[in-house]
Amino acid sequence: MGGHTMKEIVVVSGKGGTGKTSLMAAFASLAKNPVLLDCDVDAADLHLILSPDIIEKHIFKSGQEAIIRSNECIRCGACQPLCRFDAITRKNDAYQINKHACEGCGVCVSFCCSRAIDFHERTCGEWYRSGTRYGPMVHARLFPGAENSGKLVTVVREAARKTAGERGLDLLLSDGPPGIGCPVIASITGASMVVVVTEPTMSGEHDMKRILELARQLAVPYAVLINKWDINSENTARMETYALKSGAGMVGRIRYDRVVTEAQRAGKTVMEYNNSDIAAEIREGWEHIWDLLQKQ
Amino acid sequence: MATGNKKTRIIAIASGKGGTGKTTVAVNLAMTATVPVRLLDCDVEEPNCHLFVKPVIHKKSDVCVLVPEVDESLCNVCGECADFCRFGAIVSLKTKPLVFPDLCHGCGGCFHVCSREAIREVPYEVGVIESGMCGKNSQILFAQGRLNVGRAKSPPIIRQLKRELPGQSDPPARQGIITIIDAPPGTSCPFVSAVSGCDLVLLVTEPTPFGLHDMKLAVESLKQLALPVGAVINRVAGGSEIITQYCQSEKIPVYLEIPDDRRIAEAYSCGRIVTDAVADSKGLFERLWAAIP
Repeated sequence: MGGHTMKEIVVVSGKGGTGKTSLMAAFASLAKNPVLLDCDVDAADLHLILSPDIIEKHIFKSGQEAIIRSNECIRCGACQPLCRFDAITRKNDAYQINKHACEGCGVCVSFCCSRAIDFHERTCGEWYRSGTRYGPMVHARLFPGAENSGKLVTVVREAARKTAGERGLDLLLSDGPPGIGCPVIASITGASMVVVVTEPTMSGEHDMKRILELARQLAVPYAVLINKWDINSENTARMETYALKSGAGMVGRIRYDRVVTEAQRAGKTVMEYNNSDIAAEIREGWEHIWDLLQKQ
Repeated sequence: MATGNKKTRIIAIASGKGGTGKTTVAVNLAMTATVPVRLLDCDVEEPNCHLFVKPVIHKKSDVCVLVPEVDESLCNVCGECADFCRFGAIVSLKTKPLVFPDLCHGCGGCFHVCSREAIREVPYEVGVIESGMCGKNSQILFAQGRLNVGRAKSPPIIRQLKRELPGQSDPPARQGIITIIDAPPGTSCPFVSAVSGCDLVLLVTEPTPFGLHDMKLAVESLKQLALPVGAVINRVAGGSEIITQYCQSEKIPVYLEIPDDRRIAEAYSCGRIVTDAVADSKGLFERLWAAIP
């Protein structure tokens, strides 16, 4: 089966905490033969519900970091003003590089007249190929405080495509990161569709508008699900109108229900947890998303 | 309430997981302060504080990073610049080098290595900083950053926003100000940019497996940065042991538990300040102020 028929759905939210991962896990149980991805590499949670069995583990190296060999440093101080990231500090007559501020550009390394700065490859995280009860999963962990989450997202997406190709699967279902910055751009560029899971709050509305604009700029079609819609039906109605006007292929509603949190505590998807009204709404939402995907 | 003689001058409100109530804590802490405070919204991908505090904005300035521009008439297509760039932001083709400003970190390396002085650095707009006042008597200094949609990098905006922090050089009247920073979610570069240099990081979490897991990630990051941490547990209904047990084992003080209250959620949904909308909630934030060292 060739890559040209492969479809990729990415679940995003703009604002965090709208229920993106809980709905994504429920979709994983409804999708037919998906390859699952967790692109929220910064604070990945999907594995807490899908309990993947790790089959392969890979180190993620990206970029470099500069380290001064203090015994060879002649303390000329030339490096300090060259660093645009304020990463070089002078302490007790010695120069040091703060590894959290260093962006690995190599300017100090190149311009050190005594060649006293090392440039090491940086290990930023790990990524995994796993198996779950709903299909293969590719996920990752960015090390605390590490950089280059966008590149790690790209690694996860490439690995998932490869897995799909090898197994003849044609649906990639991805849990995306919050926000609109580099890891989100890396997650949704070139995807078949994004599903924006939002909530009817002022913040949810504000952030939905920004993520829809980003999807539009990147020419990725989108659907919107308003989660916990009954918390504020007035906001919900206004957001639905906005989403449809701005070109959303479909807009759906999911009610507020504590069952979602209970299912999370039990390590289950909402669909597995019990046969509630909210489960029926999620199923209906997924069916609409699926229909929309077929039209892309 | 003795908030005047606190050691803490800069407090970051953060969380690994999004949507745990960072913004709620940040704005309500600012609104219940009895000392001069400044509120900085450093969640520049999705800044939300303004929806609640409704600031009057006095000043607006663009945030730019410096990116290379190549003068074709001087360039001899030697390719040094492209070889130097670690970020793939400048690519040397057979003709003049091609610049990808969204990949550029603005390190200046290409500019420094060009032997023909064919590269100059030009500003590239990535976002905006807005500052003004908010609060019932306009007593709160307010500033927020906003990443332009489609731009990838938020740390330059966060760094610029924090540069405007009142420092030693400010008039004595300003030195008593406590700064409250609303940090972005996660644990990577934007989070690190927002919390570094703070005196205290308040992690807002919720008593769920996701809340615990993401809090652990944030705590690991903060350990590396050697920053003091306190916890606020939000939406507590029927027990918060999942978080309190972890905090105990890590010796993290729990400064406040906020009950799971539909009235708070409704007030939040309409962009209202919780302490205005829910009368009995004011005590919560007064307690939090009292607990902050």
